[in-house]
Amino acid sequence: MANKRNAVLVPLIAILGGFVLGALVVLGTGRDPLVMFSAMFQASTGINPATGGYNPRLVGEFLVQVMPIMLTGLSVAFAFRSGLFNIGAEGQLIAGSTASIGVALFVHAPPGLHQLLILLAGMAAGGLWGALPGWLKARFNVHEVVVTIMMNYVAFYLNNWMVLKVYGTIDGIKTVKFPESAVLRDSFLSSITNGSQFHWGFVPVLLAVAVSWFLVEKTTFGFGLRAVGFNKEGARYAGMKVEASIVWSMAIAGAFAGLAGSIITIGTFSFGRVLPGMEGYGMDGIAVALVGANTAVGVFLAAILFGALKAAQTIMQVNSIPKEIASIIQASIVLFIAMKLGIDYLLARLSRKAERADGEGSKP
Amino acid sequence: MAFVIEMLDITKDFPGIRANDRITLQVEEGSIHALLGENGAGKSTLMSILFGLYRPDSGSIKVRGKEVRITDPNVANGLGIGMVHQHFKLVHNFTVTENIILGLEPRKGLVIDRRRAAARVSEISRLYGLNVDPDSRIEDIGVGMQQRVEILKMLYRDAEILIFDEPTAVLTPQEITELMAIMKRLVGEGKTVLLITHKLREIKEVADSCTVLRRGRLIGTVPVSETSEERMAEMMVGREVNFHVDKAPAKPGEVVLRVEDLDVMNQKGVLGVRKLSLEVRAGEILGICGIDGNGQTELIKAITGLSPIVAGRILLGGVDMAKSGIKERVEAGLGHIPEDRHRHGLILDFRLSENLVIHAYARTPFARFGILDFEAIGKNADRLIEEFDVRCAQGGATPTRSMSGGNQQKAIVARELDRSPRAMVVAQPTRGLDVGAIEYIHKRIIAERDSGKAILLVSLELDEILDVSDRIAVIHGGRIVGVLDAAKTDENELGLLMAGSKKEVA
Ligand SMILES: Nc1ncnc2c1ncn2[C@@H]1O[C@H](COP(=O)(O)OP(=O)(O)OP(=O)(O)O)[C@@H](O)[C@H]1O
Ligand SMILES: [Mg+2]
Repeated sequence: MANKRNAVLVPLIAILGGFVLGALVVLGTGRDPLVMFSAMFQASTGINPATGGYNPRLVGEFLVQVMPIMLTGLSVAFAFRSGLFNIGAEGQLIAGSTASIGVALFVHAPPGLHQLLILLAGMAAGGLWGALPGWLKARFNVHEVVVTIMMNYVAFYLNNWMVLKVYGTIDGIKTVKFPESAVLRDSFLSSITNGSQFHWGFVPVLLAVAVSWFLVEKTTFGFGLRAVGFNKEGARYAGMKVEASIVWSMAIAGAFAGLAGSIITIGTFSFGRVLPGMEGYGMDGIAVALVGANTAVGVFLAAILFGALKAAQTIMQVNSIPKEIASIIQASIVLFIAMKLGIDYLLARLSRKAERADGEGSKP
Repeated sequence: MAFVIEMLDITKDFPGIRANDRITLQVEEGSIHALLGENGAGKSTLMSILFGLYRPDSGSIKVRGKEVRITDPNVANGLGIGMVHQHFKLVHNFTVTENIILGLEPRKGLVIDRRRAAARVSEISRLYGLNVDPDSRIEDIGVGMQQRVEILKMLYRDAEILIFDEPTAVLTPQEITELMAIMKRLVGEGKTVLLITHKLREIKEVADSCTVLRRGRLIGTVPVSETSEERMAEMMVGREVNFHVDKAPAKPGEVVLRVEDLDVMNQKGVLGVRKLSLEVRAGEILGICGIDGNGQTELIKAITGLSPIVAGRILLGGVDMAKSGIKERVEAGLGHIPEDRHRHGLILDFRLSENLVIHAYARTPFARFGILDFEAIGKNADRLIEEFDVRCAQGGATPTRSMSGGNQQKAIVARELDRSPRAMVVAQPTRGLDVGAIEYIHKRIIAERDSGKAILLVSLELDEILDVSDRIAVIHGGRIVGVLDAAKTDENELGLLMAGSKKEVA
């Protein structure tokens, strides 16, 4: 009853709380919070509310920000449905990215097929990177949080080693350019968004959202997954293969993150990179999954929200509002979600008050 | 006589159902007041309102004559009302004392004054004869002890009015006797007890008055001393209830389930079942009776595949399944009504319809090519709900967690009986069920038998074992110490065997 309503209300209140807090911080630095909101509006719609001017490039850049965190969000959410906390989306993404660079550089195929192979390689690598901690959890009950964190570092250093020593770089930080057949950017998408980096990656991303929703909600596989996530012993009693379920769920979660790595590699960039550091997509994914209540639809919406926040950073900076405000808002939304119990309580109090007011009003 | 508690004209709606419909309950100070009603009649709801967990939609509550608004459990505590829930709420890796003082820690400066707390806990424990060791951890003590911790928790908070929601459903007969004594001591000290139970005998034994509910409505309040068990059952179900099961003599066929020289480890890492052998034939019910903790749980888990065995064979239709997974056993025709419905029998966060296909969801008609057919799943639920009279507010879409305890149990029984496997392990099938439902479930189990199924019934209720079984095997110290003809034995003989006195295996 109230629970279902709260599942929607709590994130909304948390988001509201995050923005109010962000606005207060902006006020504290002596600037106008309205400028911040207008920056976000502009970043996601391309319309400058002050001048009425429209720049589709902003929309393109905003969507580029949304894509990877939508995938890492899916990754975390998917694992969570089977009761696992996937802190390793970052590492799975890097693994996917590393594999993609290899296929982009050394496999020759016609356009279309080449990109497809690259995406598949990324998903496979990410999937393996997720399956291993899943297997350790299922087989030896090693906690997935510990293993996935460690594997983030392994992926990171492995990526740098592979790019430097195996693939080879031209200047110590990047490989040669990928062939045209390997990239997702194209002149059409770029031209309709006024020269943005917008690329075809949005197609696999949308497919991933649909597949994840379908798998979890509609298939027998998802039924088993959810059962394991809610009550492992109960699932075992019913004859479900709990161990297999855990490994598969981590593998699929890893594949979503790996796909994000591929899309960044051949969409946003067109060459392999020696990563200077972890880029935080995994953490963003956790935030997105949390706000999206671990459902595909929720993740879709939450990724758009956080993508808009990220995209707004540049415009905020131009208007001399510190770009860190965006991170503060994101962090406080997550914090408010974590205070779900408190918000539930508040909602209960409020509806009681309302009830009481009604009751007293109707008394003769 | 003064009423300590008056709940007047209480109404409470849940989505799709009126759980309480203008119920009035008046409780005299210093009495034990029983609350009786079918599964889903609204007993737990009414008590949750009194304890501040739910707010009534209308009606008023008076405590000691003063109208009060119990907005949350803290208010209830302040009014001296305490509650032991159907399912306990304890922190498992905390000690008894820590659990009891949680939220009310006595302090010495900034630190918790454990010594003083433990002393107070011991003192209360002694006063009411609870015999609780304040320093043991919850995870190390049994259910009966955990319940006493819950009682201590209330007393520590100076509760004067104590609510017990089906306290005896999880207890052994021995523990029940002790709990009854504790309750009498509580009223002796001037406390008031509100007791929910389905066991009429318990009401007869301790309660002063009894309020009966049916489908959310008040049927009446009667003085227990002047009302027979039959009359109370009739008030609650609305028809006469047959306490004894009518059944034709069994016609046993070939052996379906055979256990040979079974050794199983228990949780403490020693053999809980030793060289145990038994056989169940088609068309018969073999009852296993014994004092709790004599290997029943280990035996059930080994046969159904929930825990591995050390040695021995488990033959289903002549095929050794001792090493098979649960899925293989289910497919080979083994059914299982588990002891612990929340841990094993149900996924509480699933909808009822999903729980009803938890074994079969991957097969036609519930799925095709790996895709679930929610229409078929829903229809299956509608059929079982109707057939087994599972009371649920929103049909198959009801969240299982929101269902009353007894109806959750009915859902499991419905699912397992409906699968109609050729052998079935049935553990505590009527725990928490009302007398009407018990009658029906017993009938269905016997109907399964009559259709040629082999049934192994494990129960702590001697009446149930004696009534339903054809043969009775007594388990003691992990061994079968005697197998008797159910028609030719009685409680006394079983009691002796259960306590460990020897008898030749028949
Ligand atoms: N939180 C809830 N949300 C929705 N429905 C509920 C909730 N709690 C109880 N109900 C419904 O209200 C009705 C009464 O439930 P209640 O738990 O009070 O029954 P009960 O008399 O305690 O039964 P039992 O003997 O089986 O424990 C049931 O139909 C149940 O499904
Ligand atoms: Mg109840």
